[in-house]
Amino acid sequence: MKYLNIKLAMASALAITAGMANAETKDITIGMQLEPPHLDPTGAAAGAIDSVVYANIFEGLTRFDATGAILPALAESWTISDDGLVYTFSLHSGVMFHDGTSMDSEDVKFSLDRARAEDSTNAQKALFEGIDTVEALDPTTVRVTLSAPNGAFLFNMAWGDAVIVASESIDDAKTHPVGTGPFTFTNWVQGDSITISKNADYWGTPARLDGATFKFISDPTAAYAAVMAEDVDAFPNFPAPENLPQFEADSRFNVLVGSTEGETILSTNNKMPPFDNVKVREALAHAIDRQAVIDGAMFGLGTPIGTHFAPHHPDYVDLTGQSNYDPELAKSLLAEAGYPDGFETTLKLPPPPYARRGGEIIAAQLREVGINVEISNLEWAQWLEQVFRGYDFGLTIVSHTEPMDIGIYARPEYYFQYDSAAFQQLMEDLNDATDPDARSVILKSAQRMIADDYVNGYLFQLANPTVANANIVGLWLNAPTQANDLTAVYWND
Amino acid sequence: MSFLTAALRNRSFMIGAILAALFVGAALVSYLWTPFDVTKLDIAHKLQTPSTEHWFGTDHFGRDIFAMIMVGARTSIAVAVVAVGIGIILGVPLGLAAAARKDSLMDEIIMRTNDLVFAFPALLIAIMITAVFGPSAINAIIAIGIFNIPVFARLTRGAALSLWTRDFVLSARVAGKNATRISVEHILPNILNLLIVQGSVQFSLGILAEAGLSYVGLGAQPPIPSWGRMLAESQTMISFAPHLAIFPGMAIVLTVLGLNLMGDGLRDLLDPRLRRART
Repeated sequence: MKYLNIKLAMASALAITAGMANAETKDITIGMQLEPPHLDPTGAAAGAIDSVVYANIFEGLTRFDATGAILPALAESWTISDDGLVYTFSLHSGVMFHDGTSMDSEDVKFSLDRARAEDSTNAQKALFEGIDTVEALDPTTVRVTLSAPNGAFLFNMAWGDAVIVASESIDDAKTHPVGTGPFTFTNWVQGDSITISKNADYWGTPARLDGATFKFISDPTAAYAAVMAEDVDAFPNFPAPENLPQFEADSRFNVLVGSTEGETILSTNNKMPPFDNVKVREALAHAIDRQAVIDGAMFGLGTPIGTHFAPHHPDYVDLTGQSNYDPELAKSLLAEAGYPDGFETTLKLPPPPYARRGGEIIAAQLREVGINVEISNLEWAQWLEQVFRGYDFGLTIVSHTEPMDIGIYARPEYYFQYDSAAFQQLMEDLNDATDPDARSVILKSAQRMIADDYVNGYLFQLANPTVANANIVGLWLNAPTQANDLTAVYWND
Repeated sequence: MSFLTAALRNRSFMIGAILAALFVGAALVSYLWTPFDVTKLDIAHKLQTPSTEHWFGTDHFGRDIFAMIMVGARTSIAVAVVAVGIGIILGVPLGLAAAARKDSLMDEIIMRTNDLVFAFPALLIAIMITAVFGPSAINAIIAIGIFNIPVFARLTRGAALSLWTRDFVLSARVAGKNATRISVEHILPNILNLLIVQGSVQFSLGILAEAGLSYVGLGAQPPIPSWGRMLAESQTMISFAPHLAIFPGMAIVLTVLGLNLMGDGLRDLLDPRLRRART
């Protein structure tokens, strides 16, 4: 015992001197392209909010880990009734919000009831739709009763939109978020950066960093310069794929190329002639050379997809062969549909390079089969107004970055306006199914159905290139949800 | 001394005229011939450095940069010519009218409105127009054109005012000509030289404005090549493919330089006072 103590003392003495010698770095600067509009993840769809607060400031009952698996978070464990309707969560005890108030079952009840309330501003209200009642049984036990079994309930509770907030502090969350996470909010310099600091009273494994700064750099050239000059230590989702080889060649940096949940698609207005004709949409699919889009727009980054589903998901079906590049077939399909000389349409492009560059390539490919597209480059606000809310477009290119979002095809009012009773029925079946095998079968036939109907042009799964200082350990490779989880990040000195 | 010999002796005019002719020539030739089709992409041959096949190299989509600069000259000329045209067609009559009725209410309205428009830079006008009508080459033309109106209105009014006090105008009035006839028959011919010089300067500013607007994405939309957009797209690749930025950049610099030199030379050649001082 005594021997062990001496050894420990020696080890810690060594650690101290080592620490002094290296003047260990304990904070990090993360580059981000978009600045969040505010910091309440339960009040807006903007992914940039979760990029700052998810897992760092706010936590939910469950959470995603770096691979997309569902882990317990504020809920230590749970039991599910045999009929799949009643979830009883047992919460960690002694969890405190950053303002010193305690986190207990009443806060969980408050958060879930608030999110599913009639007047809720939650951007993902569908996550909470199946909840019938939420009861606080005792301070560390919550019972959630569903109106129907829902195999995705624990997955839903892991979203950034489902985090646990406190009634005492939620009113100011947009500018001063108060959560239970390993970091506390420190400061926000609008237009420049957000700073967070280590939460010394964290209930779980404490963060290894003392703090972090999220710096907002929207211009890709400035992002490149900031990383090269080491003004930022890591830049997840780096905006200019063409610069990655230069970072790879530089020993100061690590380039991690992971995957995202972003299905990048040539969205087609299914209600607008001639796209209401499935033959025309099929012709469109065969007119596109995906590999040229990936090489030209993304400098090779991205996995081809043939349907609206992430290729890294176990239930993915590779349907790229069904919409292979075949301009001759496209031409004959157009002739069959009554457009032997092609037609004219619009292609409205939001700002990201996958859209702007991809759009130019696709326009050139469509010209080859006789389809003349007029390109309009739009800012996000204009795109949301004209395309997403106004349905005023023929074609557009956008990446759908929400995880497991094939359900959007069951919403006829969703901007590409696919209205299929069979698909809507399929999604209802999926919601009712809790058996993993049955869900897998349904998900696979859903992928085939939208590929058979050629709803949209399926291009590629967006990659997640992260450029980081070579000494940083613990960053997420993939982006199973929008997040910069810093809980396990540290500097390897 | 005839105009031609004077022009040949004027070094800045000649250099400017040669540069401008090169650029107008490239635009004209591009209608008949370009080394490659600028709307065809060839991703497999992207980012090639200059070679005997691709004189200026290829861009990130494998398009020939030389061909793109030729066709881009077309875009620049079209936008600048029409924009200067708008400025002359609307600005000159306004200036003449204001000068003919000096200090009248009409003069005040015309010139103060001009001041108002002049206060907004072309870029701001363009952003306003594109916010309403969406980005396109037409809207860039309108924005630059609107910016040109007060330039010509002011110049015309100033020059016309000094002419209105001259004896030949007085005799025309005595002969019974009204203000409109005097403006058209006596004032306008006497300020033509001035308008030509200003026109060439505004033309070069128009080229620059077009490049600026397409650089920020408010000019001609793809696939129509435009020098400004070529620069903008090259920006992230400048560290490993500098030829993407150098050639369109040089095209803009040389064209604007050429037109300015030509404008300077024209002023020397056409301004009677300077001509007298020189001889």
